[in-house]
Amino acid sequence: MSSGMPRFLKYSLTRGITLIIVVTLAVYATVVIANMGGYVDEIIKGQLSDEINQSIFQNPAYRNLSTEEKKQLVDELYKQEIERLGLDQPFIYRSFGYLTSALSLNLGRARFMSSDSGSRTVRLIILERLPTTILLFTSINLTLFFLSLFGGLFLSRRHGSKIDKAIVSLSPLSSIPGWFYGIFLILIFASWFRLLPYGGLVDIPPPSNTFDYALSVLKHMILPVASWTVAYFFIQTYVKRTFFLMFSSEDFVEMAKAKGVPPRLLERRYVLRPTLPPIITEFALMLIGSWMGAIVTERVFNWPGIGSLFYQAIGLFDSPVIIGEVVIYAFLLAVTVFILDIIYAALDPRIRIGGLRT
Amino acid sequence: MTQRWRTGLKQLTAYKSALVGIGILAFLIILSVHTVITIPYDEAVMLWRAGEDVTLDNPRQAQPSWVNLFSSKKLPETIILDSRKGGAGAIKVTVPGERISIIRIEFSFNYEYDAFPSEMNLFFYAQYNQSRPFITLYWTKPGNQQIKLRETVISAGERYYISNDNTLSEYLREYLSSRIGTEIEYEIRPEVALLATEDDSILRRDTATPLKGKYKMTIEALLFESSANVDAKLLVYGKVHGLAGTDHLRRDLSVGILWGAPIGISFGILAAVSISVIQMIIAAISAWYGKFADSLLQKTTEFMMILPFLPILILISIFYKISIWIVLVVVICLSIFGSGVKTYRAMFLQVKELPYIEAAQAYGASGPRIIFRYMIPKILPTIIPSLVLSVSGFVFLEAALAILGLGDPVAPTWGKIINDAFTEGALYKGHYYWVLEPSVLLVFTALGFALLGFALDKIFNPRLREI
Repeated sequence: MSSGMPRFLKYSLTRGITLIIVVTLAVYATVVIANMGGYVDEIIKGQLSDEINQSIFQNPAYRNLSTEEKKQLVDELYKQEIERLGLDQPFIYRSFGYLTSALSLNLGRARFMSSDSGSRTVRLIILERLPTTILLFTSINLTLFFLSLFGGLFLSRRHGSKIDKAIVSLSPLSSIPGWFYGIFLILIFASWFRLLPYGGLVDIPPPSNTFDYALSVLKHMILPVASWTVAYFFIQTYVKRTFFLMFSSEDFVEMAKAKGVPPRLLERRYVLRPTLPPIITEFALMLIGSWMGAIVTERVFNWPGIGSLFYQAIGLFDSPVIIGEVVIYAFLLAVTVFILDIIYAALDPRIRIGGLRT
Repeated sequence: MTQRWRTGLKQLTAYKSALVGIGILAFLIILSVHTVITIPYDEAVMLWRAGEDVTLDNPRQAQPSWVNLFSSKKLPETIILDSRKGGAGAIKVTVPGERISIIRIEFSFNYEYDAFPSEMNLFFYAQYNQSRPFITLYWTKPGNQQIKLRETVISAGERYYISNDNTLSEYLREYLSSRIGTEIEYEIRPEVALLATEDDSILRRDTATPLKGKYKMTIEALLFESSANVDAKLLVYGKVHGLAGTDHLRRDLSVGILWGAPIGISFGILAAVSISVIQMIIAAISAWYGKFADSLLQKTTEFMMILPFLPILILISIFYKISIWIVLVVVICLSIFGSGVKTYRAMFLQVKELPYIEAAQAYGASGPRIIFRYMIPKILPTIIPSLVLSVSGFVFLEAALAILGLGDPVAPTWGKIINDAFTEGALYKGHYYWVLEPSVLLVFTALGFALLGFALDKIFNPRLREI
């Protein structure tokens, strides 16, 4: 372990730097794509003229000027500011300015939308919605991960049984995405049986005490979590079961079995441990996919996270929010990948202790 | 190589799931071809975008007609009576006079359904120079006396939305209350009041039942010019319509449902095939040339894999308002450096070491020749399953974009129907057919490709067959 730490650190550092480069490139791509229609310029200029207007019209020093004179002053200042900020320069120069402000999450002001606290700052609008998304999709991914892990272990012990065959033959159901099952679940449990809410985060009006509030949120989470579970449980259980079966026919497992290692210990130490890296990779892909799936799932369930914010911004054509969302997604993905890389490194002995490096 | 394909296809028939998958896909493809031939694209777009002119004779949010086959409670079809077309239920009599002539139009129809109509409208088509015709409207329930509904002058294209007439509603409520001797305490809609059985059942909104039998509407028009004329069309909108029902804009859903098939399936197949083929070519180049090309292509792949695909796709399709086929191109461009490149590269690295490649090099084959003639054909069978499996992902991607309010601005697709249904709160209001029709077809499509793909996987990647 002592010789492992520096290697582990070095690995994390390299991955971190790579990801920073990736985020930078992704955000730059967003800026370029968005500004082909001039949308970024529009945001910056809109914000600028807002600020100048405010500073002139609300400044007591200019109270004596007529509206005409004030307007003229605004125009002059606006022109000066455009020059000072270099907004009259070709796009290639400006794009780097935009890149730095996007990377520092300085995303401008929304045109129509505002946060619940009343702010028009895009960063605040988005960050306010982020926790609900993270709450829902972490729950979804963890539920799926553990259910399918135990399901996979269970099936690998009963390889060839009826239940094994049933799960395997149900795996084509996973070709339908989670949000789509959501539609059916809403139809059955909300419209038909009226057992669970159609969507949203909490009951209206929200319960005042914290316990009831949490309970209400949980109730609203049942259907979204269930929709993803129905969608991906079978395929994930199938994949994990196949990993376990592949590893349990390895020589070292046979050897341990011959030595008389008890089955539970055998499973934990000899089968589960070497399968962890591919399982984590699979989990990573699922988690990354779920940030994308979040946009549609939140729309279907009316879950007030960044996904449904995106949907609202599309409906209102609020371009600063749309661009801000893409930037936040780039960050979210990179952070996810980074965390998973670290977990992966901590689990994979080749990186942790520093043996083979292919 | 052809041998391998042939045995592969033969093995396919041994899998029941594959046969089911092929059956579903064959059905969808026949449906698509049939749709494209019978309803040309322009006509479909016209029907979908035309607005009220085309759809005014359809009921709003009506269920498909075949629901009546499964229910003992018969829902009404739309009844259209038009004095210009005549027929048994629309009789027009003109009584010419010296200064005033009279036109009597009598609409009559048999109502044998167990539910009330969804709406009633009366459209007038009047011709006159200056003096507008004066009309009186009467209504007769089966075995009852005539009641007067309205007296008014009408203009040329007068539309009388009977269901929206609040004055009439109040008048009928009082009239019915006095007839049964008890006050009706809710606001009774005209189409309910006009068709309800007049007994105690009418006192509550949910127990009111339509009276079966022959109804009559009489229009008496007084014309003040010799050249004037009046025609009318009575629409008693039903609650069922056609094979697929209608939506909130009275559009016949069957157009969207039918056209959803060719659009969705061709979008999915085109995306899946082009992405797989391009990824394979990139992987082959990467594996064959190695060195700088390899590391550049692999780095690009790693970069593209962490790019937020869907948000960028949304950004592009909202800012540039692109049609579905340009969305397809963007999807392909964003996906060609996907995880497939890594998988295929690993395969090609093994293929590269095989003796026959060495032989090809020995006779002086060029790089591109080796890639396209020897390497790609070798792994083609192994990628077919994943290609088939990836189709439904793209079909759902199109639906997902539509549900977010993006997607093609004109073409009708399954996703857009679901989006409309969601926006109109179809699930709250119980219009299940509206959501279920496109959804079930999407499920069929996905399952068709998935069943076939899984079976192909077992055939072309036999290693998986054992476990």
